[in-house]
Amino acid sequence: MAKKIAVLSGKGGTGKTLLSVNLASVAGDCLYVDCDVEEPNGHLFLKPEQVRKETVCVKIPVVEKALCDGCRNCVKFCKFNAIAFMKDKPYVFEEVCHSCGGCVLVCPQKAIAEKEKPIGEIRRGNSNRIKSHSGIMNVGEVSGVPIIEKLMEAVRKESGTVIIDCPPGSACIVMESIKDADYCLLVAEPTVFGAHNLKMVYELVRLFNKPHGVVLNKCLPGENPAEDFCIKNNVPILGRIPFDKQLGKLSSDALIAADEDERFKTLFSGLLNKIMEEADDETASDSKR
Amino acid sequence: MKQLLILSGKGGTGKTTVASAFIKLSSARAYADCDVDAPNLHLVMNFKNESETEDYFGMPKAQIDRVKCIDCGVCLENCRFGAISDEGGHHVELFSCEGCGVCEELCPVGAAVLMPDIAGELTLFNEDGNVFSTAQLKMGRGTSGLLVTQVKNRMKSAADTYTGLAVIDGSPGIGCPVIASLSGVDMVLIVAEPSLSGISDMERIIKTAYNFGVPIAVCVNKHDTNPDNTGKIEEYCRENNLLFAGKIPFDPKAVEAINSGMTIADIDCPSGDAVREVYQITVEALLSENKGSGI
Repeated sequence: MAKKIAVLSGKGGTGKTLLSVNLASVAGDCLYVDCDVEEPNGHLFLKPEQVRKETVCVKIPVVEKALCDGCRNCVKFCKFNAIAFMKDKPYVFEEVCHSCGGCVLVCPQKAIAEKEKPIGEIRRGNSNRIKSHSGIMNVGEVSGVPIIEKLMEAVRKESGTVIIDCPPGSACIVMESIKDADYCLLVAEPTVFGAHNLKMVYELVRLFNKPHGVVLNKCLPGENPAEDFCIKNNVPILGRIPFDKQLGKLSSDALIAADEDERFKTLFSGLLNKIMEEADDETASDSKR
Repeated sequence: MKQLLILSGKGGTGKTTVASAFIKLSSARAYADCDVDAPNLHLVMNFKNESETEDYFGMPKAQIDRVKCIDCGVCLENCRFGAISDEGGHHVELFSCEGCGVCEELCPVGAAVLMPDIAGELTLFNEDGNVFSTAQLKMGRGTSGLLVTQVKNRMKSAADTYTGLAVIDGSPGIGCPVIASLSGVDMVLIVAEPSLSGISDMERIIKTAYNFGVPIAVCVNKHDTNPDNTGKIEEYCRENNLLFAGKIPFDPKAVEAINSGMTIADIDCPSGDAVREVYQITVEALLSENKGSGI
C-alpha cells in the first residue's frame, strides 16, 4: 500500500536529502516534498522540469490612519509586540507579526484591514516519474511554517507514495512536516552529536505515536553512539549505510547515486522495501490494537 | 567582548566542531550555544557542575475550561492557527497554539484563557571564570528566537567585565533562531561544505547575514571531498569580497575526538592543524579595523 514517509533527523547534515531523493528515485512513481524551506536542496538533485511557481503569502495588518481614533486597543492586544504607537498612530512591524488577525477584531473603528505579504513560494515540477514539490522561504523571513502548511495540502490529497524531506531539529517546523506521515524514518550519524540529536527526534515521533525506524548513515569502523542508542531503546534499525567516498562525491555534485551506479540502486531499493514492509506491519498492528 | 558567531546555513557542516576548537585555541572565557533546537556544544565542553538553570517561558498557550465552555465555536472559527478542535468538546491543540489571545478575547463566557508555558530550559555554567550559556527548546515549540536572545544575554551579563573573544555556536537554517543570533555580533564565520547543496545554502545564509551589516568570513570543511566545489567557494568569496579563512580536510580522527568528548584542537590530527590556521586568520580579521567584507 502507498505510504507517506517522513525523513527526519535532529542534527543537520546526516543525510536526509540524500536518502529522500534516492528513495524517491527507486520508488519511481511518487511525490517528493521538500519541507526544509529555509535551505531546500532536493531540487538540486531532482532537477525538475516544467516548474510552476506559487507564491505563499501571510496576512499583515494595514492601518487606515484617517479612521484611527488612537484608542490603542490594537497595541494593547498584540501579544507579539508587532504594533507600536508612533506619532499618535499605530505602526506595524511586519517581521514580528504572526498574522493572528486579533488587531482587526479588537479595533472599534474598523480602521485595520489586512494585506497579503509574500514570504516564499512553492515550486512544483516533474523529474521523470517523480513529482517534485519544494518550498522555499524568502531570505530575511523568520518562519516558514505557512509554506509547509501549504505543501501539506497536496500531501494530504496524494494517494500514491510520498517522501517528505524534513527540516533539521525538533521544533514546530518539524512537527508540521510529520503530522500527515504514516511512517517516520530517522537518519543518524555515528557521533555523540548524532546520538544526542537522534534522541530528540525519537522522543518527538513517540509523542506523536508515529511508527518509526532508523537508518545509520556514514558508518565507520569503531564505535557508533547512535547505534548504541537504538539497541538500548529497542528502536528498529532498517539499514546501515557505510561511509563511502563515491557516495559522498556523487551527492556533493547533486547527483542521485541510485541513478548513477547499480551498487547504490541495489542499496536504496533494498532499503525502500524494508521501509515499506515495516510501515505495513506497523499499520497492521495499529489497526489490531 | 568581541563576539564571533559560527553559522553554516546547511546543517552538519561542522559548526560545533569548529566552534569548540576555537574555544580551546583562544582560551575563550565566554561562549554560548545558540542551536537551542539541537544543542551539542556541551557534549565537548566538559563542565562538571550545572551552576544555574532557569525555565524558559515562550508565548503563553490557550486553555479552555470545559466547565465554562458552551461549545459556541467562536474560538474555532477565528483561530488562524488551526489550534482549536471540537472533537469531544472544544479544546486547544497545545502544539499549534501560538498564544495570540484571539480565543480569549472572543470567548463569550470567559472559558478560553492564556496560561504561561514552559517552552525550554536555560543553563549557565560558570566554573573557574569560564562562562558557558546554553539552552534546550522543548519539543515542538516555536519562538526559539526569543530563547536565543536570552542565551546570549545570559552569557553577556555573566561575563560583563570580559573583554576577550566570545565564541557563539549558531543553528542551521536562515530563520528565526539564526536571525536572533545575528543581532549584535562582531563577526560571522560561515563553515561551508563543498557540495552543491552546501554552496546553495551558504549563499542564502550569507545574504541573510549581510542584511545585518556584520563582517563575514568563510571557511570550508572537508574540503578534499570535492576539490572542484571547494574551488567554487573560494571563487565566490573572491568575487563578493568576503574573507576566505581557509580549509579543513576530511579527517576520521575528528569523529574520534568528538566521540571521546574532545575538540579537534585537543589531539594531534590534520583537521586540528588546519583549524589553527583558520582560527588565526579569522581572529586577526576580527581584531583589526580593516575587516572589509561585502557583497
